[in-house]
Parts: sequence; structure tokens; C-alpha cells
Amino acid sequence: MISSYALSPTRVGAVINRNVGALRSGPSYWLVLFSGFFEPILYLFSIGVGVGALIGDLNVDGKTMSYAAFVAPAMLAVSAMTGALAETTFNFFFKFKYVKTFDAMLATPIRPMEIALGELTWAMLRGSLYTACFLVVMILMGLTTPIWALAAFPATMLVGLAFGSVGMALSTVIRGWQDFDLVFTGQFAMFLFSGTFSPVQNYPLGVEILIWITPLYHAVELVRGLSTGVLSISMLGNVAYLVVMAAVGLSIAGRRLAKVLTA
Amino acid sequence: MTQEPLIRARGLVKKFGDFTAVDGIELEVAPGEAFGFLGPNGAGKSSTMRMIGCVSTPTAGELRILGMDPVKDGPKIRARLGVCPQLDNLDPDLTVFENLTTYARYFGIPRAEGRRRATELLEFVQLTEKAGSKVEPLSGGMKRRLTIARAMVNEPDLVLLDEPTTGLDPQARHLLWERLFRLKQGGTTLVLTTHYMDEAEQLCDRLVVMDGGKIVAEGSPRHLIDTYSTREVVELRFGDETPTAYVEKLAGIGDRLDPLPDRLLLYTSDGDSAISEVHRRGFAPSSVLVRRSTLEDVFLILTGRTLVD
Ligand SMILES: Nc1ncnc2c1ncn2[C@@H]1O[C@H](COP(=O)(O)OP(=O)(O)OP(=O)(O)O)[C@@H](O)[C@H]1O
Ligand SMILES: [Mg+2]
Repeated sequence: MISSYALSPTRVGAVINRNVGALRSGPSYWLVLFSGFFEPILYLFSIGVGVGALIGDLNVDGKTMSYAAFVAPAMLAVSAMTGALAETTFNFFFKFKYVKTFDAMLATPIRPMEIALGELTWAMLRGSLYTACFLVVMILMGLTTPIWALAAFPATMLVGLAFGSVGMALSTVIRGWQDFDLVFTGQFAMFLFSGTFSPVQNYPLGVEILIWITPLYHAVELVRGLSTGVLSISMLGNVAYLVVMAAVGLSIAGRRLAKVLTA
Repeated sequence: MTQEPLIRARGLVKKFGDFTAVDGIELEVAPGEAFGFLGPNGAGKSSTMRMIGCVSTPTAGELRILGMDPVKDGPKIRARLGVCPQLDNLDPDLTVFENLTTYARYFGIPRAEGRRRATELLEFVQLTEKAGSKVEPLSGGMKRRLTIARAMVNEPDLVLLDEPTTGLDPQARHLLWERLFRLKQGGTTLVLTTHYMDEAEQLCDRLVVMDGGKIVAEGSPRHLIDTYSTREVVELRFGDETPTAYVEKLAGIGDRLDPLPDRLLLYTSDGDSAISEVHRRGFAPSSVLVRRSTLEDVFLILTGRTLVD
């Protein structure tokens, strides 16, 4: 419902507080959290380290690095993405359509955009929990330094925000669970091709352009630059892409929530 | 009415696509009043309640709640409302106690105060023993009571209850009526919908009967009975034929005849003489019952339907 009242941080906090409560409630949520964290770690070891041993060192933009060092930042970006997406797709949709959590919230002073902001913040926090742990693993493996890890961390938060808000926007427009299959296929395709396991320059130009349009590429570029300490001006473009993505997703999600919930 | 009404609706309309669920209703509820909506399924009661609760945007007409505009001042109004929706939307991820404390946070109530109120409210609806339980294992009636407790957490001025006692056993219903009565005594304004006539008679100072999105009657329970029904009703059952068959045979006796699937209702000011007339015409009902008119009869006369179908 349209309102002249400003967004309230207290109310956004109350939305987040609800999810903290759910986290406390039992082991099931933790299990989901845990498994989501391990996926990128497994890829790092199996492909980054395992396949990396067969490949040897890599030459990217004139710099030599181990294959694991090339893959690790990509997996870091991926964990920010999966953490935030898992929250704003499955969990969000379930609350939205089935248990009517948001209908209950809307009977209080909470506004649809505050729900969207609270849920997005929560999703970003989940992604950040993954990336913080992942960064520790990278430091321990000598794939980044503590300083560059600190630089990369806020970037992973931005990645979480961007994917989280787009995931949330999708959740407010899709018809049912079956549509999520499409979302996950897209997510997996990005996971494979966004400069994650090989530099995008290896693909034909057409494919390269296609990759350039999709978001995970920008996330990987930004996070890789920061965690390896190889900065470039193009990273500002990556940041801009992700900021716009977050803003557009959030505004669609907020508007759709208002429309559907106040029908 | 000396004070400004808490709720005022003028020509209020709600459409879903081409379908008109609420068709231009006029409404005023005064502070401290207990106001009820009666009506068959699909009459538009919940749609109206959702508009009053500022979670559904009116399609047309004017609506003022607590002297404010729901579209502009939604959050400010909702801060002073307590809402018990028709379908429970309790949080399955939280315990009974947390359902209340978390909800209190939505109103910006500090944590300690939220816990204090939660404890008190669980006592109020007799769910203290279930405080640590999840919502799912609760019985339907317990969930309903928890939803009502949740609606009280912000100490609202206006409480909206959409079929508050549907699914409750008689004991729980009486408990709830008593609690609602206490709220009313404390000055809280109650607006409720119900399919139970006894509930309406017990709780409501004033009622409207809705049908097809329109208000078809309005007044106190007593006024409605006096206006729309007769003083007495004779319930006749016949062993041999369907009640419909007797409508013609008994025509002219009383003011009105209503055949139900299992019995025939005869509306009259004098039950005993109506029965004599039935016998005089040579009919012998298998059972005869004379009773005073109730809201149920008003409802039947106005909407052509029984309340619980
Ligand atoms: N969100 C919606 N979209 C489309 N139609 C709706 C929606 N909500 C209600 N309706 C329709 O509006 C009409 C009135 O519904 P409403 O829920 O207000 O009735 P009600 O009087 O509360 O009935 P009940 O006693 O069954 O609860 C119904 O025909 C219903 O199908
Ligand atoms: Mg209803």
C-alpha cells in the first residue's frame, strides 16, 4: 500500500529479527545453511586443486597463477550468489505463498518495501556468512592474503545484494515451483561459463558477449580482482552493474509484493 | 453518536477483476461498539474486513479508519489495529511464545515489553503450557486462540476478528466470548464476522447482514428480529413427504412459510393458533416445535440461506 511514511529501520530490523528467530528454532535451517556453504568448497578442491594439478599454472592477462588461485575467487563469488539466491528464492517464496508470513507482517505497521529490504538484508547476511568462511579457507590455502580478503569481503556483500534482490524479484513474479527449475538452470549455466573455470577469452566472441551481459561474470571479475590484488579500472563497471542489478531487483520486488499482498 | 466514528465507509467497493465482491456499502462504527458482519459464504465479509484492516486497497468509495485515510496512513492506522484473519497465518518456524514476541517487534515494541505481554496474553487465552511448543502440533482451536492473542499484542484500539471462533469447541468459544467481552468492557472497539447467531447475539451491539456484496439489513440483534421476522416460529416435520410439498397445503397460515431440507418453518405472531389451523386442515406433523424468532431466522429470510452451509 502506498504510503507517505518513510521506511523505518526498526521495522526492517523486525523483519530480519523474524528470520533470526527461525534460525534459532531448530536444526533444519542450519542443515540447509551448512550444505549451501560446502558446495563451492567442494568445487574448489575437486576442480581447482584436483583438475588444477593436471593443468598446471595459468597465464591470465600476462600474469601467471595456479589454477586453484584462478578458480578460488570465482567460487567465492559463487558462494555469495548461492547463499543469497537460496534465501530469496526457495525460502522467500515459501514464506510468500504458503505460510503467508508476509500477510501476517502486513497487518502490522510494516510496509511491503520494508519486508523486501529485511528479507534482502537477511539473504545478503547469509551469503556473507558463506563468503567470510570461504575467505578464511582461501587464506589458509595461501590463495589470498588477509588484507586482500578484507578488500574482497564487501564486494561479496554487494554480490549477495545483487543476486538476492533479483532472486526476490523473480520469486514475486513466478507462478510456482516448476518455474524455479528455469531459474536454477540459468544459475548453473552462469556457474559454468562466467569466467569461473576458464578465462572467458577462450570462448568465441558471440559467447563472450553473452557472458559479458550476465551478472555472475561481473561478480567474478570484481571479486577476483580484489582477492588477488590485481585491480583494474573496469572493476568500477562491475560495481556499477551489480548496484543497478540490486536496485532494479529491489524495486520490482517491493512493488510486486505490495501489489500481490494488498490485492 | 457524539464522537467521530472509528470506521466510516461511503459507497465502498472492492472488485477483483470484473467481479464485484463488495458493492457500495455504507458503514459507521462508533468507538467502544461491538459490530458484527453476518452473511453467507462469499457475501464479501472478509473482503470488507481486509479493506478496514488496510491490507486491501478499495476499488472505489470512501473509507476512513480512526479518522485517517487507509491508503495514505496505512502503517499509522495498522499500528492501532489488532487483526485476526479468517485463515491463521501463524509462523510455523517459531514457537508459540516467539510468535507473539516476534509480532510485537513488528509494532516496534521493545523486547522486554514484548516478552511481558506475550506471557500475559498466553495466560489470557490459556496457552501458557504451550509456550515452548511449535505452532504445527497445536489443535485448530489452540491456533485460533494464539492468533487472537497475537492480535492483542499491540494493545489495539480496534480489533478485527474474521470468524474468530470457527473451529472452536463450545468450551473454547465460551472462553473466547468471555475474553472478548472483557476487552469490550475495557473500551476496545470490536468488529467481527461470524456464522454463529448466538455469537452475534452475545457479542454484538449492532449487526449488518451482507449478501452479494451489499448490506441487506442493519441494526441491533433485537431490532433485526423485530423488523424482519415474526415473533414466533413453528418448526414442522412431516414423516411422509418433503417439506416443500406442504408449502401449498399450508398456504395462508402465518405470515410466511420456508421449506428447509428437513423441516418447514412457519413464521407467525401466534404459534399455538397456527398449529391448531394446521391440524384443522387435516395434517398431522410428526413433530412440532414453537420457539421465539432468532437471528438465524432473520438471516434465512434475508438471504434465503442458512448460516452454516
Ligand atoms: N483475492 C481474491 N481474488 C479474487 N476473488 C476474490 C478474492 N478474494 C475474495 N474473492 C471473491 O470475493 C467474494 C467475496 O469473498 P469474501 O472472502 O469477502 O467472502 P466472505 O463473506 O468472507 O465469505 P466466507 O463466509 O466464506 O468467509 C467471493 O466470491 C470470493 O471468491
Ligand atoms: Mg470470509
